[in-house]
Amino acid sequence: MAAVKLKDFLRRHEAKDLLRFITCGSVDDGKSTLIGRLLHDTHQILEDTLASVTSDSRKWGTTGDLVDLALLVDGLQAEREQGITIDVAYRYFDTELRKYIIADCPGHEQYTRNMATGASTVDLAVILVDAARGVQVQTRRHAYIVSLLGIRHVVVAVNKMDLVEYDERVFKAIHEECVALIGRLGVPDVRVVPVSALKGHNVVTRGEGMPWYKGQTLLELLDSIDISRDQDLADLRLPVQYVNRPDARFRGYAGTIAAGELAVGDPVLAVPSRRMSRIKSIVTFEGDLQRAAAPMAVTVTLEDEIDISRGDLIVHPDRSPSVSRSIDAHLIWMSDAPLLPGKQYEFKISHRYLRGTVERIHHRVDVNDLSEHAADELKLNEVGLCRIVLAEQAAFDTYATCRTTGALIVVDRLSHATAGAGMILTSAAPQGVQHDVSVFWQPTRVTHGQRANQKAQHPCILWFTGLSGAGKSTIANATEQALFLRGHHSYLLDGDNIRHGLNKDLDFSDAGRVENIRRIGEIAKLFVDAGLIVVTAFISPFRSDRRLVRDLVGADEFVEVFISTPIEVCEKRDVKGLYAKAREGKIRNFTGVSSPYEAPEAPEIEIDSSKFLVAECVDRVIRYLEAQGRLKN
Amino acid sequence: MTQLKRLEAESIFIIREVAAEFDNPVMLYSIGKDSSVLMHLARKAFHPGGMPFPLMHIDTTWKFREMIEFRDRMAREIGFKLIVHTNEEGLAAGVSPFTHGSKYTDIMKTEALKAALSKHRFDAAFGGARRDEEKSRAKERVFSFRDAQHRWDPKNQRPELWNLYNGRIHQGDSIRVFPLSNWTELDVWLYIHKENIPVVPLYFAKPRPVVDRDGMLIMVDDDRMPLRDGEKPTMETVRFRSLGCYPLSGALRSNADSLTTIIEEMLVTRTSERQSRAIDFDQAAAMEKRKREGYF
Repeated sequence: MAAVKLKDFLRRHEAKDLLRFITCGSVDDGKSTLIGRLLHDTHQILEDTLASVTSDSRKWGTTGDLVDLALLVDGLQAEREQGITIDVAYRYFDTELRKYIIADCPGHEQYTRNMATGASTVDLAVILVDAARGVQVQTRRHAYIVSLLGIRHVVVAVNKMDLVEYDERVFKAIHEECVALIGRLGVPDVRVVPVSALKGHNVVTRGEGMPWYKGQTLLELLDSIDISRDQDLADLRLPVQYVNRPDARFRGYAGTIAAGELAVGDPVLAVPSRRMSRIKSIVTFEGDLQRAAAPMAVTVTLEDEIDISRGDLIVHPDRSPSVSRSIDAHLIWMSDAPLLPGKQYEFKISHRYLRGTVERIHHRVDVNDLSEHAADELKLNEVGLCRIVLAEQAAFDTYATCRTTGALIVVDRLSHATAGAGMILTSAAPQGVQHDVSVFWQPTRVTHGQRANQKAQHPCILWFTGLSGAGKSTIANATEQALFLRGHHSYLLDGDNIRHGLNKDLDFSDAGRVENIRRIGEIAKLFVDAGLIVVTAFISPFRSDRRLVRDLVGADEFVEVFISTPIEVCEKRDVKGLYAKAREGKIRNFTGVSSPYEAPEAPEIEIDSSKFLVAECVDRVIRYLEAQGRLKN
Repeated sequence: MTQLKRLEAESIFIIREVAAEFDNPVMLYSIGKDSSVLMHLARKAFHPGGMPFPLMHIDTTWKFREMIEFRDRMAREIGFKLIVHTNEEGLAAGVSPFTHGSKYTDIMKTEALKAALSKHRFDAAFGGARRDEEKSRAKERVFSFRDAQHRWDPKNQRPELWNLYNGRIHQGDSIRVFPLSNWTELDVWLYIHKENIPVVPLYFAKPRPVVDRDGMLIMVDDDRMPLRDGEKPTMETVRFRSLGCYPLSGALRSNADSLTTIIEEMLVTRTSERQSRAIDFDQAAAMEKRKREGYF
């Protein structure tokens, strides 16, 4: 080979694009033979390998006098002895146009998980159908899994045409059935080709036997199918994979661009941490770049020193993905231990492991006929649409828009095994809540709604009112604790504390009391605007004072909680000895004794604490908030 | 993006993922061409920083002298942390490829590797293996789980979907990681050519002293090699397609003395690279057995 010719070859080989495909078919469809044929006829098989296969053919072969090309691909000793392929194996070959990676997947029912594994990274699927047997149950299963994994190109290879005497009518019938079946599943590009892998017809070369077939051979199809427009999402998605801090001067965010592109100077937002900055530089080993696009592996630095960590997505500010704790996703279960709703798992999404549970299984899908069934668990190799609830918020896309940021795996917390794989369908909102699926960021101003969404709650003031000793403080404290444990953001405004600080200039005159409540109302309003659930516990005996606060915030942000414990009970409790003192006249203007208490006319919640345990009182408050959709998840 | 750039980006992704998820990773350094590519990719992954893990060489003491020279030169020039581990017990017992046959590989390579990984408590180890090398490797995951005894169970591998690698393990278990899984031998050489990556000179043809033994050309690299009756080293122009312990690495008669001529030769060669490794011939499915026992 002349030097010029070699250089030319190097250039061409380097410039080839990459196509990954999966082959699906059963033991008997001749799948291994088809792959062996592809490798053999594209001259990928080296002499020593072919010699070893020829000698193996005598020992293991199933093809009589012909060399059993299936032995080229059936790798492990165990499976050779069983005569079947037991796992996903990867093969490599190339043509003048493309380099190919084949994920070779088995067809038996119990290995759905292997097929999903192989299908997760490919652009195209080759589904084998035995011409003599036609479309089988497993053909439907393969087509469904292929569509579930978002593969957009399917080539159906109708194999063993030699066994049906190359009958065009047999092919046509299978052709029609396959196009209808796979098209229905939403796969946009379906091709069908009649082949004989054993004899080598229409795999790489045309061969004889089927002069009626005018279409492309299998390899011609593989070489010509356009996969360059398969990625839908044009928006930037850079999952931060590794924070690179070799020394104090450099802080870079390394990752592989999952979608879109970025350039120096672009404003960017990190989600879910919601920090904004601009791209300062794009660093690579070969020097800095001005712009970069998917699927490049890059390191970016930002203008501002902000704290971004592994698992954040760097996106453009007005093109943010969903941020939520609830996700609806199709799960494929891959573990012997069934998926149980309520059990804690880890979910890996874009470099983060998040704890969470499957709250419920909406339905199980029968992979053979696509029928939907109620289910309270998913067994190995079963598929179901599930509601996942995470302990923290995650940033993600739907699987249909971006495979990288829309996929997840489920990890068993005890065994650490990969127990399942998921394709995100939507961000799920609890019933009754107008959930903002795509939270858009306004660079100039963070809105009240955005703060609230970030905290997964609708902020409000829980205004506890009632007589001294009614149980306001006890229930308010316990309520705040309950909110905190559920991951909500709250703040308890305590009367005494405020009197010691902000309001220490106020006395207990009527004017002082009114001003006290006004200031507390203003503080509560600010905290509500910041997205918090504010809990207050003041006697606040006057309707006008409570109305004043109600008017400060939105009408639906003021929740009046009337603790209506009868005065006899309060006086009997008299924990601070105040009633006794008031009765003795030592305290003047004591509410209920020497000063009126104006009971609320229409409180949102009313609880007589003499009739319930503290926990039951708290439960009533929480259930009210939930029913109003104020607590997401 | 061209296929070679795609492969590069995928490998960098894998390397970064391990650095981010594991407490104590190590890169196995065999000094061969695949190791050279792996190290080059790791340097790219963490640029402008250095590699955030050490490199480890399992030295059987029977490597080619030029390999050791190359190893030490690379460590000096690039400045990575190098751990060299030898099975001292085996060495003291005089275990040699000439006297112990396939046991030699078990003791000086497999056992030595397992002992070194356990000693340093590495929880992840990068290797340069490729799926196109050999049939059992074609089925191995990129993150390949090993139990505390370093065993691989081909029937119980973790499903590996998208690029969501599962790095969760129990204490004592580990993961072998193969960032070059999807590279072919041709890709490796093309990349070395394109990126100008240094490799051991033994890959280039040059007159070397060899004996023809059992159909393999063995280079007489030092005076520890016992010559059989009638054997006499002769100078032949040879090169190596794959490097290991010199008594087990067969040379090829070749005139390819540059990267381009190596690639050119490979394009017309009709045998696979592992043919020149003696250990594969020992028994059917030898590699799979070795891997189950903990070999890379």
